[in-house]
Amino acid sequence: MIPESEFENVLAKKYMRTEIMPHAFCPGCGLGIIERIILMAFEELGWDEWEKTVFVSGIGCSGWVPLYFRRDAAHTLHGRALAFATALKASRPELNVIVVMGDGDSMGIGGNHLIHAARRNIGITAIIATNMLYSLTGGQMAPTTPEGARTQTTPYGSIEPNFDLMELLKAAGATYLARWTTYHFMQAKNSLKKAVKHKGFAAIEILFQCPTYAGRYILNKPDPRDMLQWFKENSVPLTVAKKKDPEELKGKILVGEFLHRTDRVEYTEKLKELEKRAKGG
Amino acid sequence: MYVEPGIHLMQGDEAIVEGSLIAGCRFFAGYPITPATEIAERMSRRMPQVGGVFMQMEDELASILAIIGASWAGKKAMTATSGPGYSLMQEGLGYAVLTETPIVITDVQRGGPSTGLVTLPSQGDVMQARWGSHGDYGIIALAPSSAQDMFDLVIRAFNLSEEYRNPVVILADEVIAHVREPVKVPPLEEIKIVERRKPSVPPEEYIPYLPDPGEWVAPMPAFGEGYNMLVESVMHDEFGHRIGTDHAAAERTIKRVYYKIEKNVEKIAMYETELMEDAEIAVVSYGSTARTSLRAVREARKLGIKAGILRLITLWPFYDKIIEDIASQVKAIVVPEMNMGKIVREVERAAKGNAEVMSLPKVGGVLHHPDEVLSVIKKAAR
Ligand SMILES: Cc1ncc(C[n+]2csc(CCOP(=O)(O)OP(=O)(O)O)c2C)c(N)n1
Ligand code: SF4
Ligand SMILES: [Mg+2]
Repeated sequence: MIPESEFENVLAKKYMRTEIMPHAFCPGCGLGIIERIILMAFEELGWDEWEKTVFVSGIGCSGWVPLYFRRDAAHTLHGRALAFATALKASRPELNVIVVMGDGDSMGIGGNHLIHAARRNIGITAIIATNMLYSLTGGQMAPTTPEGARTQTTPYGSIEPNFDLMELLKAAGATYLARWTTYHFMQAKNSLKKAVKHKGFAAIEILFQCPTYAGRYILNKPDPRDMLQWFKENSVPLTVAKKKDPEELKGKILVGEFLHRTDRVEYTEKLKELEKRAKGG
Repeated sequence: MYVEPGIHLMQGDEAIVEGSLIAGCRFFAGYPITPATEIAERMSRRMPQVGGVFMQMEDELASILAIIGASWAGKKAMTATSGPGYSLMQEGLGYAVLTETPIVITDVQRGGPSTGLVTLPSQGDVMQARWGSHGDYGIIALAPSSAQDMFDLVIRAFNLSEEYRNPVVILADEVIAHVREPVKVPPLEEIKIVERRKPSVPPEEYIPYLPDPGEWVAPMPAFGEGYNMLVESVMHDEFGHRIGTDHAAAERTIKRVYYKIEKNVEKIAMYETELMEDAEIAVVSYGSTARTSLRAVREARKLGIKAGILRLITLWPFYDKIIEDIASQVKAIVVPEMNMGKIVREVERAAKGNAEVMSLPKVGGVLHHPDEVLSVIKKAAR
């Protein structure tokens, strides 16, 4: 076991491209915690799983997350990570394909690829980093911005309702779904381990603190610690939420494992069957 | 597994599918669009038979990213589309350029702009093929004129894409995709296939975007082979690390993706000439237009006019030298095109005023009649 005090150091040396560090992230940004969640999961999954793992990401602050890992990584285009990843997985089913996307990247510009990856139930692990806005471009509205929130493009408050990623992907056909915040990093790590092992499309949404924009514009909490505290106080585990009435849950973040289905065959398994049929076998 | 060697009666879109499989294509992603749909349909049948993957994607934005992803999975990959879909692919094409990803894109041109002339041919995308994505880069585009060309050129396209680690565009059109003609399939061992150059050094020594001495591109590993690639869409240096304000590194990368194509034009350019030895009038043509042009040139000869034809097979990089040579020989160059006059601009530029250049545009979704070309040849001869 790595002693807690050495964790960062050891993980960084073992897994990261230390030559290009420090990060480009702002101080206190939650994306560092997301990196740690990923590395902790692989520390437990083992080196063999890590060696089978490749990363794909989109454009946004979140898209930088896997570029610091010493693994194959494709930093694709805004919204298109899943299209690249779909072909990668279809061509090389033995690889663990992990896709890291922002909330705007995945649900805004890339929304079509997201629902179709879920519909195909292709064995990809999608990590969706939600900060409730577009941060790389300076804090504009995203499909996850809460109605009424002020951003750089909603100066009078957003008049658009936000997406619920879990509901969206459940309907689209995903087979493993979980949502956590950076406050719940242990739970997120456990869900990620399950997602990597899951045969089918798995998505984990992680709400993270963007003190620079979401903190200042949406929550009025420019201190990252206050944002984490806010995550802690405003999240409700699914098990608890089931006992509450909808009024009480307004504005709360539901966290937990939302779905774990094993009744749908994964896409690349079907591809293998199709190839046999085509070859007349 | 492959079509037997010999002569087959084949449609253009059938020839391109069979040629691509022989070239080693093992991944196809596409989205239905007239007049390219038959390529996807045939691929859906043929690809799994040879152990490859066919995927119908949700749109063309996905199709092009999918073939880039497949290429990094170690597969030769292709998509086929037409105008509206080709427009959607432009951002992805730029991603392939900057990450030096070998892919083949077939654009079966139809009349535009917009949804346009769905079922009718056009050569309206020839400039888009050169300049369609933002920024500066080199691109290879080939223009088939027959079903035989569809077979031969798709193999050539895959070879070039691997050699230069660059997207290659096949600019077909509705006529060529649907024409049914005899196609000669040579024995497999006579067909030259270029395989991807893999790194020969261990991962610690591998620099992903630094060509070996004397080469234009670096060898390319696949994902999962231990080379820890960074397939970076942000402007990057030789290591794949994104460049902040290192202007010199950015300049190196941009110039390399530009010059690796432009400076190799002599090696890449393909063309054919007929009746050019003593010609005084040259018709410069490409794609299906070259068919009617050839007929017009032969008619002109019957009338005693010394006409000849240059058929451009490689449109991009544009081979200035062949135009320069012809311009110094003939008195006029006629350029019939199924657009408002596009390649004619390149011809004019390369001719440097040494011959009169006459544009013969045609839009509306119909081939030139040979008589239309002939009448311009006659005018030029006067
Ligand atoms: C086609 C295209 N449109 C717009 C942009 C500009 N852009 C870059 S990142 C981004 C939004 C990022 O937001 P999100 O996906 O939520 O990621 P975050 O930065 O918040 O992590 C936008 C609009 C782009 N790169 N490409
Ligand atoms: S802008 Fe926000 S999301 Fe981006 S690095 Fe800074 S804190 Fe993180
Ligand atoms: Mg965001």
